[in-house]
Amino acid sequence: MKFLQRFYMGLIFFFLYAPILILMVFSFNDSKNRSVWDGFTLRWYEELFHDEQILQALLVTLSVAVLSALISTVLGTAAAIGIHNMKKGPRTTYLTVNNIPVMNPDIITGVSMLLLFVFLSQTMRLGIFQLSFFTLLLAHVTFNTPYVILSVMPKLRQMDPNIYEAALDLGAKPRTAITKVVLPQIMPGVVTGGIMAFTMSLDDVVVSYFTSGSTSQTLGAYIFAMTKKQVSPEINALSTIMFLVIFLLLVVVNIRQEKDKQRQARMRKRY
Amino acid sequence: MKKLTRFAWPYGGWMMLFVIVPLLIVVWFAFTNGAGDFTLDNFISMKSYGKVFGRSFGLAIITTVICLVLGYPLAYIMSKLPPKKQGVFVLLTMLPMWMNFLLRTYAWLTILENTGLLNRLLGALGLPLLHIINTPAAVALGMIYNYLPFMVLPIYTALTKMDHSLIEAARDLGCSSRQVFVKVVLPLSLPGVISGITMVFVPGVSTFVISKLLGGGTSMMVGDLIDIQFLGGAYNPNLGAAISLVMMIVIFLFMGIMQRFDDEKGVK
Repeated sequence: MKFLQRFYMGLIFFFLYAPILILMVFSFNDSKNRSVWDGFTLRWYEELFHDEQILQALLVTLSVAVLSALISTVLGTAAAIGIHNMKKGPRTTYLTVNNIPVMNPDIITGVSMLLLFVFLSQTMRLGIFQLSFFTLLLAHVTFNTPYVILSVMPKLRQMDPNIYEAALDLGAKPRTAITKVVLPQIMPGVVTGGIMAFTMSLDDVVVSYFTSGSTSQTLGAYIFAMTKKQVSPEINALSTIMFLVIFLLLVVVNIRQEKDKQRQARMRKRY
Repeated sequence: MKKLTRFAWPYGGWMMLFVIVPLLIVVWFAFTNGAGDFTLDNFISMKSYGKVFGRSFGLAIITTVICLVLGYPLAYIMSKLPPKKQGVFVLLTMLPMWMNFLLRTYAWLTILENTGLLNRLLGALGLPLLHIINTPAAVALGMIYNYLPFMVLPIYTALTKMDHSLIEAARDLGCSSRQVFVKVVLPLSLPGVISGITMVFVPGVSTFVISKLLGGGTSMMVGDLIDIQFLGGAYNPNLGAAISLVMMIVIFLFMGIMQRFDDEKGVK
């Protein structure tokens, strides 16, 4: 039984990882053909770092991910605090609308925002909404913020509702009470929400494809355009680098969490 | 406390402009023609795309079922491992999701194409070659590959959050292993199964990148159909909006049904 279980897990993980490994191996392949091995080379890595278009797309992807994550974290955390203090009726309305971008398929979010931007820039003559980096950022903030709210709300619910009032009673201004008392309590949720927003933005292809226009393509949109013709092995090289960076990041985060848990366990034992 | 609700206002305005208004524009486009006059033609002309709708739903259902069949045992085995190992395997399940899904799908092109790795391997072994690429089977395979983690993770979470004293109680009361699984474990993991089904079916039915890459245009899906009305050759945003509207309604109905199913189970 145990052997069968191990075998099954092995098979599934082989299924999940074989394509990624193949992608990585072929980033060192000295041939443009994607399935014939023609000897080892680092050529694609070299070309990658000289490919202006890919580097530009990478820059757009990273900037939109960082900016949209920051904006959504601020916007979403504030909104979560507000929503948490609402009466049941308005709270339900807010949370229902908040769920729309989460449940809607990407393609509908993308298409509806494309229609909005076309409407604003052409019918209303607001040039700022011409498809560009700006509209891309607006779209990313829109689909990121719900995730921030969804990860901050549970922390607010866990918080003792009296501590904010206590801070006010002790003479803190509302602003101080929020920054010094409420925020530290919900910080884990805020950080998780921010990270989620960052990764959602990084991973998005479809919404970016509809809302970025031709001037500020993200990496995803760029690769998608490329797949219609022939994908250069440079992309394999890039994904190998990205995969390894993410892998290292996850391992570091995991080790830190593990250490944190151990430290907490030790503290608990001592007191 | 009441003053704090003000913090939600900026986001309220944001949702108004970037969530509600866009959907209203979609509805507006769906019920008008190119000149802006009211019409139902967009919905009537959708009849000729019945095949595309059928294929989308068919492939999404097949993908969901196979993901469930493959994913449930994996989640179950994972939940039985010692806690330290569990963390590692959860990480391993999530890791592929951190790689751009286009690239993951593209990798399958390398494997499945007629002169690809799979056929080279089969050829070397003297076995008959497979023609998979540019068929609906390739699209289904690509979707299963991409969405399997979405099925495994919620089921795994439901299985590990389960109250284990219930299982012990069932054992003490004389249930066999099979009875424990069918009567206790399976019903308690249903919320995870339901959210897994939703998380696989919704992106599956609306995909357009995977079908384009692995289906090679032979297996057009609803997503592709919408895409070409907006950014492709068949430019017709009114028809595109109508198709989007129908798809959105179907998906929300589907989710509503799943939710109800979940609630009923919870009450019992």
